[in-house]
Formats: sequence, structure tokens, C-alpha cells
Amino acid sequence: MITKDLLLNVKDLKVSIENNIILENFNLQVKKGEIHAIMGTNGSGKSTFSKVIAGHPAYSILEGNILFNEKSILNISPEERSHLGIFLAFQYPIEIPGVSNEDFLRLSYNARQRFFNKPEVDPIQFLQIVTEKMKLVNMSSSFLNRNVNEGFSGGEKKRNEILQMILLDPDICILDETDSGLDIDALKIISKGINNFMNQEKAIILITHYQRLLDYINPKYVHVMQKGKIIKTGSLELAKELEEKGYQQLFKN
Amino acid sequence: MNNKSNKTINENLTNLVNKSYDYGFSTNIEKDIIEKGLNEQTIKLISSKKNEPLFLLEFRLKAYKKWKRIQEPEWANLKIPMIDYQNIVYYSAPKLKKKLKDLNDIDSQLLETFEKLGISLTEQKRLSNVAIDAVFDSVSITTTFREELSEYGIIFTSMSEAILTYPELIKEYLGSVVPIGDNYYSALNSAVFTDGSFCYIPENVKSPLDLSTYFRINDQNSGQFERTLIVADKNSQVNYLEGCTAPQYDTNQLHAAIVELIALENSIINYSTVQNWYSGNEYGKGGIYNFVTKRGLCIGDNAYISWTQVETGSAITWKYPSCVLFGNKSQGEFYSVALTNNYQQADTGTKMIHFGKSTKSKIISKGISAGKSKNSYRGLVQVKDKALNSRNYSQCDSLLIGNCSNSNTFPIISIQNSATKIEHEASTSKIGEEQIFYFLQRGISLEKAIELMISGFCQEVFNKLPLEFAAEADKLLTLKLEGSVG
Repeated sequence: MITKDLLLNVKDLKVSIENNIILENFNLQVKKGEIHAIMGTNGSGKSTFSKVIAGHPAYSILEGNILFNEKSILNISPEERSHLGIFLAFQYPIEIPGVSNEDFLRLSYNARQRFFNKPEVDPIQFLQIVTEKMKLVNMSSSFLNRNVNEGFSGGEKKRNEILQMILLDPDICILDETDSGLDIDALKIISKGINNFMNQEKAIILITHYQRLLDYINPKYVHVMQKGKIIKTGSLELAKELEEKGYQQLFKN
Repeated sequence: MNNKSNKTINENLTNLVNKSYDYGFSTNIEKDIIEKGLNEQTIKLISSKKNEPLFLLEFRLKAYKKWKRIQEPEWANLKIPMIDYQNIVYYSAPKLKKKLKDLNDIDSQLLETFEKLGISLTEQKRLSNVAIDAVFDSVSITTTFREELSEYGIIFTSMSEAILTYPELIKEYLGSVVPIGDNYYSALNSAVFTDGSFCYIPENVKSPLDLSTYFRINDQNSGQFERTLIVADKNSQVNYLEGCTAPQYDTNQLHAAIVELIALENSIINYSTVQNWYSGNEYGKGGIYNFVTKRGLCIGDNAYISWTQVETGSAITWKYPSCVLFGNKSQGEFYSVALTNNYQQADTGTKMIHFGKSTKSKIISKGISAGKSKNSYRGLVQVKDKALNSRNYSQCDSLLIGNCSNSNTFPIISIQNSATKIEHEASTSKIGEEQIFYFLQRGISLEKAIELMISGFCQEVFNKLPLEFAAEADKLLTLKLEGSVG
């Protein structure tokens, strides 16, 4: 394997929360240009995995390592991980009353500019930048004045996550059930946004329950999680098999 | 979220909230102090020190008799330790060598003290658009821009001087909004008040400057009992700002003030306070007890009074800036941000009493509680039978930070006619760690996240503050909250 293409390397990870082990012997390697899908039943540890990569303080890493671009990120703060290019699209995007989307997005964008010693953009410049990106996910400009996710429909919240992803232009994106709760039109818009974003320098990890999303976004690998580890890896065929037979059948084998 | 992360988040939040208090120094200056304790002799002594006319001594003695007969109010959601009123100094003034003629006569130490507080009293540096009355313990040190203001017929002077120079105005208005016996603390204040500001805006004058009083408690054992009286004559307008700080002592000091506003026909008074008394340390030791009666009277038709307050200091706050709307179509507004942290307690709100027809009132209250503090909004909206076609809009929002703070809302609405429209909205939210993680994941630092959420929460109130104050208030809240989210 050519390691310089290796973007994310999770090695023998063991993670606990409140003394409960929730990930164990977890291994995953994601290269540039790859899309991975992680499937699994509720409580199998999919969301935990995404939060652990993003550096959520609730989880304790007991064993193993997470290498991002060949460097361990275990001791790196969540905001720095974000600057380094790790993006998490939340399963339940958080509502932030009193803070406008525009301010939030600009602050986020400028924090990243600052991190790379690039000039911060003023609100007028930013408006131009964000308006361009909003077209990609069919969002109207009125949404900028609304508070972050407050009163958003499920579809709007998920589109907002994708907008942030496009705006911050990260190297690896973990999309935690971004497809859940979407009607077919919204699913198409979001899939289009994701596909446009993807290129040979980036990687995406899709966490999903359903094969439906994979009709629009084609992963190279499909992993199935159970009890905190990946128990099976395959191609798109595996997702189809799961859809037909269910997890029970798979676990039996 | 598990305990460990809760702990780290709360620890960081706590550090954020517990930023040290910048104004905690005290000034060592020679003082003219009377003995501790309160009796008729004390009052006579204060009155004679100030060469007051007889009517005022009688006013004081009447108030004292009243005070002795009434009890401290117990209805507030506060735990108030026993206050020994005989163990308080009721008059403490920096010793002045001679009567002040200009700023050169002011003790340089006092000038430095105010300089350190960011209040420049010297000619060259003072704020160009704000006239300031600087009160140090029991007395007013100086009032800036007096001559400039007098060209417009505006009287802006210390209360002591007003009593001597304008006894007729004082006789007419002092105690006309907050009667002597209104409550325990107003009776106490009326008996022993030492200084404060007096301001009169004549007919058809819009004050070209914002007027301001800066209160500084310096002495460890003295209470501060000041009195502010503002009269806006017909068609006049004034913006008034009040600021306050105190040294950091581990004992408590008492502050019991009265502010009376009188707005005649078509006049406008905007009264803003940024209160930053010392609030005690993280274990709840020390700090100011702040028992304040503030009330405005819209006596003429179309008169308007607004109270804007940012309350961040004080160990205990008991304060309800109110409006009594007599004039038809008169309006009262109240905008408040009250922030409590550590062991601070605040019971604050407003009263809007509608007497006149087509009167309007608006209440926007934002309470933020962090640490182990207790923050209550208490409000009364009363619409009398003659006040037809009146309206009130109230909005009370609370924001909790951490898991140990406490927030309450006690809105009382009493309507005595059927042609009145009342709206009340309330909300409680919490800055949770999932929100903070969301910010962090998007690369935004904790401090910035808190600042953004707090200023978003307070925006409606900050918008009402004069520009310099709004920036200061924003900074102050962020400072006070530094370290309280993690």
C-alpha cells in the first residue's frame, strides 16, 4: 500500500464512555479518492466512531491510534482536527438560538483562514463566497438570516450540513446518517452536492442504515459494524445483500 | 454525555465565567467618616454636614421613623443574610481641603481612581459626548460639562448641591415618585442618602450630551445610599447612563439607592445602567448587596421612559425599575440582561402600571445563570380600569450555563378592563456541550462560541444601549463568563 495516499488510518481502536466499551478492535483505512459506507444496526457504534474521529470529549480512547495523514490526532483538540480537514456532518444538527447562520458560517470559515495564515474575509466578501456555495445545495439567501438550524425542517438541516462541508472544503468527511429523514428530492440534492464535492484528493465515509443513499453515491467499500467493530467488508453487493436479507441473516453466517 | 466530559466542559466554562474582577482595587485616602450606627443623631449629623435646609432634615427624620416601623421584604426569591444596620457607616467622604472650584482642586488620588476605572474627569481626556457626575462613597466629586449644559438651561449637578441651589425643584419632586415609605430600603435611603445626581431638562430641549453618573464604593464599612432625580420637562429628551464598581472586600457592602424619573408631556427619558459592582468571590464571600428602588413616572401625555439595565455584579440584586403610566398614550419600556455566576443571587424585573388611556409597555428580560447562582425575573403588569386600549408585550428568556444554576420567572398580570391587549412570551434554554461541540467541530473556539451565543441571546437589549455602552456590555458579559463552559 502506498501510504501517502492513506488519509485516515484507525488502528486497533478501543473506546469507552462511562466505563462501557463501545468500540473494540476497530480498524479502518481510508485512502484519498475513496468513498466508504458503514452500515449496521442501531447501537452498533457507528455514530460513536464518527464522534471519536472528530474528537468529542465524552469518549475515552483506551487503546489503539488514529492517524490522519500519517500523524496521530489523539491529542489534538476538536477545533484543530476541524482545521486539519476532518469534517463531521451531524446526524442531528444542533440548533443554536440567537446566532445567525451567516455569522456562524463566516466565523467558521475565518477560523480556518486564520489557521492557515490566510487573510480573513469581511462580511461582504463572505456573502459572495457563501452565495455561490448555496446554489450547489439549492438554498435561498433568506436562510442566512435565520438562526443556526433553529426551526429548520429535517431536510434543511441536512442541507445546511452539506453547505458547511462544501464551504470548509475538508479532506475527509464523515456523514452520519445524512440521508435519514429526507424525501427523495432532498436526497437527490444532497447526493448531488456530495458527488460534486468528491474528487481524487478527498475521502468520504457514509454512515447509513439504508441502501437507498448508495443508489446515488457509489462507495468503493461497504463495512458492516456490530458490537463496536467491523465484522464484514465488501463491495456495493454487500449493501444489496443486507437490504434483502437483513442483518440477522448476516450475523448468523 | 458522561461525567468526565461534563466536568471538563464545566471546568472550562467556570474558568471563563470566573475571570478576575478588574475594578477590585481600593483607594487609600483620608476620609471624613462618621461613627457606625443609625439613629436620629446620625441623621442630624449628616444633614448638618451638608448644611441642608430644614425641610430636608424633616424629610429624613420622617423617613427614619417610617423605616423603624416597617420590615425588610421577604417575598423575593433570595436568601439574604441578617444585615446589622447598626454596623454600617452612613457617611464617608474623602477629606477635601477646600471647596472645589475646578478640577485642579480635586485630590489627584481621586482623579487617578476614576482614571483607572476608565472614567476620565480631566478636561483633555474626557469623553466628548458624555457629561459625568462622579460619586465616590458618600459624595459627588465633580460634574463635568456643567457650563456647556447650562447654556441649554440644563441643570446637571450633584444632589447635595441641587438641594442648596434649587430647593424649590427638590421640594416639589424629591420623593414624588418613590414615596418615603414605599419599601424598607427606600425608607432607609430617604433617611440617610448622601449624594447622587440631579438633572433637569427644560421645555423643548434635547440634551446635546448623554448624561452619566459613575458610582464608586470605596470604603469597606460604609454603605452607599445615593439618590438620582431626573426631571424632563415638556417636549424634552435626555439619555442617562449609570455605571458602578466597587473594591474587592471579603465583607459585604450595602448599596440602597433610589432613582426617580419624571417625564412630562411629550418628553423622552432613556435610562441605562451597566452595573458591575463586586459580586463576591467564587465561594460566595464578599460582594455588594444591591437593594435599589427605581421608578419612572410618565406624568404627561405621550411621555416615554425606558429602562435598560445590564446587571452583572452584586452578591445580591433586588431591583425592579418600573414605570407608572399616567399620561394618555404614554409608554414605558424595560430591557434587561441579568447575569449571575458563582453564588450570586438576583431577583430583578419590572413593574408597568397603566393608568392612562392607550398606554403601552414593553418588557424584554434576559436572564443568564451560571455556576451555583440563582436568577429570578419578577414582573408586574397592571392595567387599571380607566386605561382602555392599553397594550403590553413581555418576553422573558432564561439561559442556563452548567448544571447547578437556577432560573425562575414570576410574571404577574393584572388587568382591570376588557379593552387591553397583553402578550407574554417566555423561554428557557441551556448552553449545552453538544452545542459547543458543534462549534468546535466547525473550527470555532470555545470562547468565541460562548461570546456568540451570549451576545445573540442579549442582542435585543444591547441594541438599546448607547454605542460605547453596548460594546462594553458585550465585553463585560464575555469576561464574566470566561471559563464557565468547556
